Amino acid sequence: MKYISQFAIIIAISLVGELLNRFIPLPIPASIYGMTILFTLLASGAMKLSAVKETGKFLIYLLPIMFVPPTVGLIESWEVMQDFLVAIIAISLLSTVVVLGVTGRVTQYIIRKKEKGGLKND
Amino acid sequence: MIEAIGGSLFFGIGLTLGGFLLGVFLKKKFNLFLFNPLLVAIAVCISTLLLLDIDYESYSKGASHISMLLTPATVCLAIPLYEQLQLLKKNATAILVGIASGVVVSGGAILAMAILFGLTHTQYVTLLPKSITTAIGIGLSAELGGYIAITVAAIIITGLTGNIIGDKLCDIFGITHPVAKGVAIGTSTHVMGTSKAMELGEVEGAMSSLSVAVAGLMTVAAALLFENAI
Repeated sequence: MKYISQFAIIIAISLVGELLNRFIPLPIPASIYGMTILFTLLASGAMKLSAVKETGKFLIYLLPIMFVPPTVGLIESWEVMQDFLVAIIAISLLSTVVVLGVTGRVTQYIIRKKEKGGLKND
Repeated sequence: MIEAIGGSLFFGIGLTLGGFLLGVFLKKKFNLFLFNPLLVAIAVCISTLLLLDIDYESYSKGASHISMLLTPATVCLAIPLYEQLQLLKKNATAILVGIASGVVVSGGAILAMAILFGLTHTQYVTLLPKSITTAIGIGLSAELGGYIAITVAAIIITGLTGNIIGDKLCDIFGITHPVAKGVAIGTSTHVMGTSKAMELGEVEGAMSSLSVAVAGLMTVAAALLFENAI
Protein backbone atom coordinates (compact mmCIF):
# COMPACT_ATOMS: atom_id res chain seq x y z
CA MET A 1 0.00 0.00 0.00
CA LYS A 2 2.80 2.40 0.93
CA TYR A 3 4.55 1.78 -2.40
CA ILE A 4 1.37 2.31 -4.40
CA SER A 5 0.63 5.66 -2.78
CA GLN A 6 4.26 6.75 -3.15
CA PHE A 7 4.23 5.81 -6.82
CA ALA A 8 0.90 7.59 -7.31
CA ILE A 9 2.29 10.80 -5.82
CA ILE A 10 5.38 10.66 -8.03
CA ILE A 11 3.28 10.02 -11.12
CA ALA A 12 0.88 12.86 -10.20
CA ILE A 13 3.80 15.30 -9.87
CA SER A 14 5.17 14.08 -13.24
CA LEU A 15 1.75 14.74 -14.76
CA VAL A 16 1.65 18.29 -13.41
CA GLY A 17 5.20 18.75 -14.79
CA GLU A 18 4.04 17.63 -18.24
CA LEU A 19 1.09 20.01 -18.16
CA LEU A 20 3.35 22.94 -17.21
CA ASN A 21 5.73 21.95 -20.01
CA ARG A 22 2.88 21.91 -22.48
CA PHE A 23 1.32 25.23 -21.52
CA ILE A 24 4.36 27.36 -20.68
CA PRO A 25 6.23 28.28 -23.88
CA LEU A 26 9.77 27.66 -22.53
CA PRO A 27 12.15 24.80 -23.40
CA ILE A 28 12.00 23.48 -19.83
CA PRO A 29 11.19 19.76 -19.64
CA ALA A 30 8.48 18.16 -17.52
CA SER A 31 11.09 16.43 -15.35
CA ILE A 32 12.69 19.72 -14.25
CA TYR A 33 9.28 21.24 -13.38
CA GLY A 34 8.45 18.04 -11.48
CA MET A 35 11.76 18.01 -9.64
CA THR A 36 11.22 21.63 -8.60
CA ILE A 37 7.67 20.89 -7.42
CA LEU A 38 8.72 17.87 -5.36
CA PHE A 39 11.65 19.78 -3.86
CA THR A 40 9.40 22.72 -2.96
CA LEU A 41 6.81 20.41 -1.36
CA LEU A 42 9.49 18.71 0.75
CA ALA A 43 11.46 21.83 1.68
CA SER A 44 8.35 23.79 2.66
CA GLY A 45 7.17 20.92 4.87
CA ALA A 46 3.94 20.54 2.87
CA MET A 47 4.90 16.91 2.21
CA LYS A 48 6.77 14.46 4.42
CA LEU A 49 9.78 12.63 2.98
CA SER A 50 8.15 9.32 3.94
CA ALA A 51 5.39 10.01 1.39
CA VAL A 52 7.79 9.34 -1.51
CA LYS A 53 11.06 8.01 -0.09
CA GLU A 54 11.30 4.26 -0.83
CA THR A 55 9.70 4.26 -4.27
CA GLY A 56 11.65 7.40 -5.19
CA LYS A 57 14.96 5.84 -4.22
CA PHE A 58 14.07 2.69 -6.13
CA LEU A 59 13.37 4.72 -9.28
CA ILE A 60 16.70 6.56 -8.90
CA TYR A 61 18.41 3.18 -8.53
CA LEU A 62 16.89 2.09 -11.86
CA LEU A 63 17.84 5.35 -13.62
CA PRO A 64 20.88 4.10 -15.62
CA ILE A 65 18.84 1.32 -17.27
CA MET A 66 16.39 3.94 -18.58
CA PHE A 67 19.14 5.51 -20.72
CA VAL A 68 19.74 2.30 -22.69
CA PRO A 69 16.75 2.48 -25.12
CA PRO A 70 17.29 6.12 -26.26
CA THR A 71 20.99 5.43 -26.81
CA VAL A 72 20.28 2.31 -28.87
CA GLY A 73 18.04 4.64 -30.91
CA LEU A 74 21.15 6.37 -32.23
CA ILE A 75 21.44 3.61 -34.86
CA GLU A 76 18.43 5.31 -36.46
CA SER A 77 20.24 8.65 -36.95
CA TRP A 78 23.52 7.12 -38.08
CA GLU A 79 23.24 8.63 -41.59
CA VAL A 80 22.94 12.28 -40.52
CA MET A 81 25.71 11.79 -37.97
CA GLN A 82 28.25 10.54 -40.52
CA ASP A 83 28.61 14.05 -42.02
CA PHE A 84 30.47 15.40 -39.02
CA LEU A 85 30.98 12.38 -36.82
CA VAL A 86 34.61 13.18 -35.91
CA ALA A 87 33.64 16.71 -34.86
CA ILE A 88 30.68 15.43 -32.81
CA ILE A 89 32.79 12.94 -30.90
CA ALA A 90 35.82 15.22 -30.46
CA ILE A 91 33.76 18.23 -29.33
CA SER A 92 31.61 16.10 -27.01
CA LEU A 93 34.57 14.45 -25.31
CA LEU A 94 36.94 17.43 -25.08
CA SER A 95 34.40 20.02 -23.95
CA THR A 96 33.09 17.56 -21.34
CA VAL A 97 36.55 17.15 -19.83
CA VAL A 98 37.16 20.93 -19.82
CA VAL A 99 33.75 21.76 -18.32
CA LEU A 100 34.05 19.09 -15.64
CA GLY A 101 37.52 20.30 -14.66
CA VAL A 102 36.69 24.01 -14.56
CA THR A 103 33.37 23.57 -12.73
CA GLY A 104 34.87 21.31 -10.10
CA ARG A 105 37.96 23.44 -9.49
CA VAL A 106 35.99 26.70 -9.27
CA THR A 107 33.45 25.20 -6.85
CA GLN A 108 36.17 23.63 -4.73
CA TYR A 109 38.22 26.85 -4.68
CA ILE A 110 35.29 28.91 -3.34
CA ILE A 111 34.34 26.26 -0.74
CA ARG A 112 37.91 26.03 0.55
CA LYS A 113 38.36 29.80 0.60
CA LYS A 114 35.15 30.22 2.57
CA GLU A 115 36.10 27.47 5.02
CA LYS A 116 39.45 29.17 5.68
CA GLY A 117 37.77 32.58 6.05
CA GLY A 118 35.28 31.04 8.47
CA LEU A 119 38.07 29.71 10.67
CA LYS A 120 39.70 33.14 10.82
CA ASN A 121 36.48 34.79 11.89
CA ASP A 122 36.08 32.22 14.66
CA MET B 1 11.31 -17.48 -35.28
CA ILE B 2 13.47 -14.36 -35.03
CA GLU B 3 10.55 -12.30 -36.23
CA ALA B 4 8.37 -13.75 -33.48
CA ILE B 5 11.00 -12.95 -30.84
CA GLY B 6 11.59 -9.43 -32.18
CA GLY B 7 7.87 -8.78 -32.36
CA SER B 8 7.32 -9.58 -28.70
CA LEU B 9 6.83 -6.72 -26.28
CA PHE B 10 9.15 -8.47 -23.83
CA PHE B 11 12.05 -8.80 -26.26
CA GLY B 12 13.15 -5.16 -25.93
CA ILE B 13 12.68 -5.12 -22.16
CA GLY B 14 14.41 -8.48 -21.67
CA LEU B 15 17.34 -7.59 -23.91
CA THR B 16 17.86 -4.27 -22.10
CA LEU B 17 17.71 -5.81 -18.61
CA GLY B 18 19.84 -8.79 -19.68
CA GLY B 19 22.49 -6.56 -21.22
CA PHE B 20 22.60 -4.41 -18.10
CA LEU B 21 22.89 -7.45 -15.81
CA LEU B 22 25.73 -8.79 -17.95
CA GLY B 23 27.46 -5.43 -17.49
CA VAL B 24 26.99 -5.54 -13.71
CA PHE B 25 28.35 -9.11 -13.67
CA LEU B 26 31.40 -8.22 -15.82
CA LYS B 27 32.15 -5.16 -13.72
CA LYS B 28 32.07 -7.20 -10.50
CA LYS B 29 34.24 -9.92 -11.99
CA PHE B 30 36.88 -7.77 -13.72
CA ASN B 31 36.47 -4.35 -12.09
CA LEU B 32 37.48 -2.56 -15.29
CA PHE B 33 35.89 0.85 -16.01
CA LEU B 34 35.18 -0.20 -19.59
CA PHE B 35 32.70 -2.77 -18.24
CA ASN B 36 30.30 0.00 -17.32
CA PRO B 37 26.83 -1.62 -17.12
CA LEU B 38 25.25 1.15 -19.23
CA LEU B 39 27.90 0.80 -21.94
CA VAL B 40 27.72 -3.03 -21.94
CA ALA B 41 23.91 -2.92 -22.17
CA ILE B 42 24.05 -0.53 -25.16
CA ALA B 43 26.66 -2.69 -26.91
CA VAL B 44 24.67 -5.88 -26.28
CA CYS B 45 21.42 -4.32 -27.57
CA ILE B 46 22.90 -2.74 -30.70
CA SER B 47 24.89 -5.84 -31.69
CA THR B 48 21.89 -8.13 -31.08
CA LEU B 49 19.66 -5.96 -33.27
CA LEU B 50 22.25 -5.84 -36.05
CA LEU B 51 23.12 -9.55 -35.86
CA LEU B 52 19.51 -10.77 -35.87
CA ASP B 53 18.45 -8.03 -38.29
CA ILE B 54 15.69 -6.76 -36.00
CA ASP B 55 14.75 -3.11 -36.56
CA TYR B 56 14.87 -0.47 -33.84
CA GLU B 57 11.12 -0.04 -33.91
CA SER B 58 10.48 -3.63 -32.77
CA TYR B 59 13.04 -3.26 -29.99
CA SER B 60 11.67 0.12 -28.95
CA LYS B 61 8.10 -1.17 -28.72
CA GLY B 62 9.04 -3.01 -25.52
CA ALA B 63 12.07 -1.02 -24.39
CA SER B 64 10.19 2.31 -24.46
CA HIS B 65 8.28 1.06 -21.40
CA ILE B 66 11.57 1.27 -19.51
CA SER B 67 12.43 4.81 -20.63
CA MET B 68 8.85 5.89 -19.88
CA LEU B 69 9.98 5.98 -16.25
CA LEU B 70 12.67 8.56 -17.03
CA THR B 71 10.52 11.58 -16.14
CA PRO B 72 9.25 10.21 -12.77
CA ALA B 73 12.78 9.03 -11.88
CA THR B 74 14.27 12.44 -12.66
CA VAL B 75 11.54 14.07 -10.56
CA CYS B 76 12.71 11.86 -7.66
CA LEU B 77 16.20 13.40 -7.81
CA ALA B 78 14.57 16.07 -5.61
CA ILE B 79 14.71 13.53 -2.75
CA PRO B 80 18.51 13.32 -2.30
CA LEU B 81 18.61 17.06 -2.90
CA TYR B 82 16.17 17.67 -0.05
CA GLU B 83 18.14 15.33 2.21
CA GLN B 84 21.22 17.52 1.63
CA LEU B 85 19.39 20.82 2.07
CA GLN B 86 21.69 22.09 4.84
CA LEU B 87 24.78 21.41 2.77
CA LEU B 88 23.18 23.15 -0.19
CA LYS B 89 22.41 26.27 1.85
CA LYS B 90 25.90 26.34 3.33
CA ASN B 91 27.61 26.17 -0.07
CA ALA B 92 25.08 28.05 -2.20
CA THR B 93 27.52 30.67 -3.56
CA ALA B 94 30.22 28.15 -4.44
CA ILE B 95 27.70 25.89 -6.15
CA LEU B 96 26.03 28.62 -8.21
CA VAL B 97 29.28 30.30 -9.28
CA GLY B 98 30.76 26.87 -10.10
CA ILE B 99 27.81 25.90 -12.29
CA ALA B 100 27.79 29.31 -14.03
CA SER B 101 31.51 29.01 -14.83
CA GLY B 102 30.92 25.55 -16.28
CA VAL B 103 28.05 26.75 -18.46
CA VAL B 104 30.08 29.66 -19.89
CA VAL B 105 33.18 27.49 -20.45
CA SER B 106 31.00 24.91 -22.18
CA GLY B 107 29.72 27.50 -24.66
CA GLY B 108 33.23 28.89 -25.20
CA ALA B 109 34.83 25.46 -25.69
CA ILE B 110 32.17 24.35 -28.17
CA LEU B 111 32.48 27.66 -30.09
CA ALA B 112 36.28 27.40 -30.26
CA MET B 113 36.19 23.79 -31.48
CA ALA B 114 33.36 24.49 -33.92
CA ILE B 115 35.55 27.19 -35.54
CA LEU B 116 38.48 24.75 -35.55
CA PHE B 117 36.43 22.07 -37.31
CA GLY B 118 34.87 24.62 -39.67
CA LEU B 119 31.30 23.74 -38.70
CA THR B 120 28.28 25.51 -40.19
CA HIS B 121 25.90 27.57 -38.03
CA THR B 122 23.39 24.69 -37.96
CA GLN B 123 26.03 22.14 -36.94
CA TYR B 124 27.33 24.53 -34.27
CA VAL B 125 23.96 25.21 -32.62
CA THR B 126 23.26 21.47 -32.78
CA LEU B 127 26.16 20.88 -30.40
CA LEU B 128 25.62 23.88 -28.07
CA PRO B 129 23.16 22.08 -25.72
CA LYS B 130 25.36 18.96 -25.41
CA SER B 131 26.12 19.14 -21.68
CA ILE B 132 22.54 19.40 -20.47
CA THR B 133 19.83 16.84 -19.85
CA THR B 134 18.21 15.41 -23.01
CA ALA B 135 14.78 16.87 -22.36
CA ILE B 136 16.04 20.48 -22.12
CA GLY B 137 18.63 19.85 -24.85
CA ILE B 138 16.03 18.70 -27.38
CA GLY B 139 13.89 21.77 -26.74
CA LEU B 140 16.86 24.12 -26.97
CA SER B 141 18.20 22.52 -30.16
CA ALA B 142 14.77 22.86 -31.78
CA GLU B 143 14.59 26.49 -30.64
CA LEU B 144 18.04 27.25 -32.15
CA GLY B 145 17.31 25.35 -35.37
CA GLY B 146 19.77 22.45 -34.89
CA TYR B 147 19.61 18.79 -35.94
CA ILE B 148 17.73 17.30 -32.97
CA ALA B 149 18.84 13.68 -33.49
CA ILE B 150 22.50 14.76 -33.46
CA THR B 151 22.01 16.91 -30.38
CA VAL B 152 20.71 13.76 -28.69
CA ALA B 153 23.78 11.85 -29.90
CA ALA B 154 26.16 14.50 -28.51
CA ILE B 155 24.26 14.61 -25.21
CA ILE B 156 24.51 10.83 -24.91
CA ILE B 157 28.24 10.72 -25.76
CA THR B 158 28.74 13.43 -23.12
CA GLY B 159 26.65 11.58 -20.55
CA LEU B 160 28.39 8.27 -21.22
CA THR B 161 31.75 9.99 -20.64
CA GLY B 162 30.54 11.16 -17.24
CA ASN B 163 29.00 7.80 -16.39
CA ILE B 164 32.15 5.87 -17.31
CA ILE B 165 35.04 8.13 -16.27
CA GLY B 166 33.42 11.01 -14.31
CA ASP B 167 35.05 9.92 -11.05
CA LYS B 168 38.42 9.35 -12.76
CA LEU B 169 38.33 12.86 -14.25
CA CYS B 170 37.69 14.31 -10.78
CA ASP B 171 40.79 12.49 -9.52
CA ILE B 172 42.89 13.77 -12.43
CA PHE B 173 41.81 17.39 -11.84
CA GLY B 174 42.35 17.09 -8.09
CA ILE B 175 38.65 17.62 -7.34
CA THR B 176 38.29 15.91 -3.96
CA HIS B 177 35.56 17.84 -2.10
CA PRO B 178 32.30 15.82 -2.43
CA VAL B 179 30.21 18.94 -3.15
CA ALA B 180 32.63 20.04 -5.89
CA LYS B 181 32.66 16.52 -7.36
CA GLY B 182 28.88 16.42 -7.60
CA VAL B 183 28.62 19.91 -9.09
CA ALA B 184 31.36 19.10 -11.65
CA ILE B 185 29.78 15.82 -12.76
CA GLY B 186 26.21 17.17 -12.88
CA THR B 187 27.09 20.38 -14.75
CA SER B 188 29.21 18.62 -17.37
CA THR B 189 27.43 15.30 -17.86
CA HIS B 190 23.78 15.77 -16.78
CA VAL B 191 21.55 12.94 -15.52
CA MET B 192 23.67 10.14 -16.96
CA GLY B 193 26.67 11.43 -15.00
CA THR B 194 24.43 11.90 -11.96
CA SER B 195 23.70 8.18 -11.77
CA LYS B 196 27.48 7.73 -11.43
CA ALA B 197 27.64 10.51 -8.81
CA MET B 198 24.93 8.62 -6.85
CA GLU B 199 27.31 5.65 -6.63
CA LEU B 200 30.10 7.88 -5.27
CA GLY B 201 28.00 9.08 -2.35
CA GLU B 202 24.82 10.81 -1.21
CA VAL B 203 26.36 14.29 -1.20
CA GLU B 204 27.85 13.84 -4.69
CA GLY B 205 24.53 12.53 -6.00
CA ALA B 206 22.46 15.34 -4.50
CA MET B 207 24.78 18.10 -5.70
CA SER B 208 24.91 16.52 -9.15
CA SER B 209 21.08 16.42 -9.36
CA LEU B 210 20.87 20.07 -8.41
CA SER B 211 23.52 20.99 -10.98
CA VAL B 212 21.65 19.21 -13.77
CA ALA B 213 18.59 21.40 -13.21
CA VAL B 214 20.47 24.67 -12.65
CA ALA B 215 22.98 24.11 -15.49
CA GLY B 216 20.12 23.21 -17.82
CA LEU B 217 18.30 26.47 -17.10
CA MET B 218 21.49 28.58 -17.24
CA THR B 219 22.41 26.98 -20.58
CA VAL B 220 19.09 28.05 -22.09
CA ALA B 221 19.95 31.64 -21.13
CA ALA B 222 23.61 31.38 -22.22
CA ALA B 223 22.66 29.90 -25.60
CA LEU B 224 21.12 33.25 -26.52
CA LEU B 225 24.55 34.84 -26.09
CA PHE B 226 26.40 32.15 -28.01
CA GLU B 227 24.01 31.21 -30.81
CA ASN B 228 24.98 33.86 -33.37
CA ALA B 229 28.75 33.58 -32.88
CA ILE B 230 29.03 31.42 -36.01
